[in-house]
Amino acid sequence: MAAIIGASLSLVGSLFFLLSAIGLLRMPDAFNRMQAGTKATTLGSMLFLVGIGLMRPDFLGRALLLAGFIALTNPVSSNALARAAHGYRKRLGAKLAPDALAEDDEALAAAAVRDAAAGSQAPRVQEGRHVD
Amino acid sequence: MKTLKARVLVFLTLWGVWLVLTAPWSVQEAAAGAVAAFLIAALPFFPSSPLEDLRLSPKALLYVVAYAFVFLKALVLSNLDVAFRVLHPKLPIAPGIVKVKTKLKTPLGRLLLANSITLTPGTITVETRGQDLYVHWIKVADADPVAATEAIVGDFEKYLEVICG
Repeated sequence: MAAIIGASLSLVGSLFFLLSAIGLLRMPDAFNRMQAGTKATTLGSMLFLVGIGLMRPDFLGRALLLAGFIALTNPVSSNALARAAHGYRKRLGAKLAPDALAEDDEALAAAAVRDAAAGSQAPRVQEGRHVD
Repeated sequence: MKTLKARVLVFLTLWGVWLVLTAPWSVQEAAAGAVAAFLIAALPFFPSSPLEDLRLSPKALLYVVAYAFVFLKALVLSNLDVAFRVLHPKLPIAPGIVKVKTKLKTPLGRLLLANSITLTPGTITVETRGQDLYVHWIKVADADPVAATEAIVGDFEKYLEVICG
């Protein structure tokens, strides 16, 4: 019985992998590909691991541990990719209808220019961000 | 010792992972893991850790369990939502980056919130600055920060506030 449930969970998980692959092909730019590609894999891989754990109970603990590591590390890499993609958004041709981050970046840069003009300090370069 | 709580949590985490990895248990293996975990947790130069922000009252622990369920529900619902958008012939997306203001004060709380947002499909945290999170949203329903905050983090924040302020 547990084997059947585990097998169907794995099947559903692999369906989510298929969906994310379709999304990767269909989505127009880097951000949306990330949404479809790396995100559908969270539920997909978690269901897959739980399914394998149910089919082979001696692996259940280890499979859950793996799911936990995916939950901890996936957002870190996605965040790094998204930050980098935002720096190069114009070259990637990304369309962002409201882009609050770019607006705030421009406001910060404008404030830095004003500071430099007023106080004749060296212009502050914005730290850690590639401005395209 | 200021870092005592973080050291205890590190010891329990390391030992717990070790015990799960060596699943059919033997006393020798468990003892060796406990010694190694203790040595790591007792290192003299222990970095200050965001784990100290974790609250360990019974109410907070209850909220950790509740948060796991709330998060799983959000994960499944948003996965289905993104799956629907991917399969829809017209590809109904309207991507954009919105600003979200969080009430959480501690670094651990903000980290957990940003990671939860990234893990739920449809939203990726692009950048955090102080109390502002910049979130890429696959279908921007509302660009206004207050409404966007309510839509994206409303559910998570209630629980995280109790768990780690």
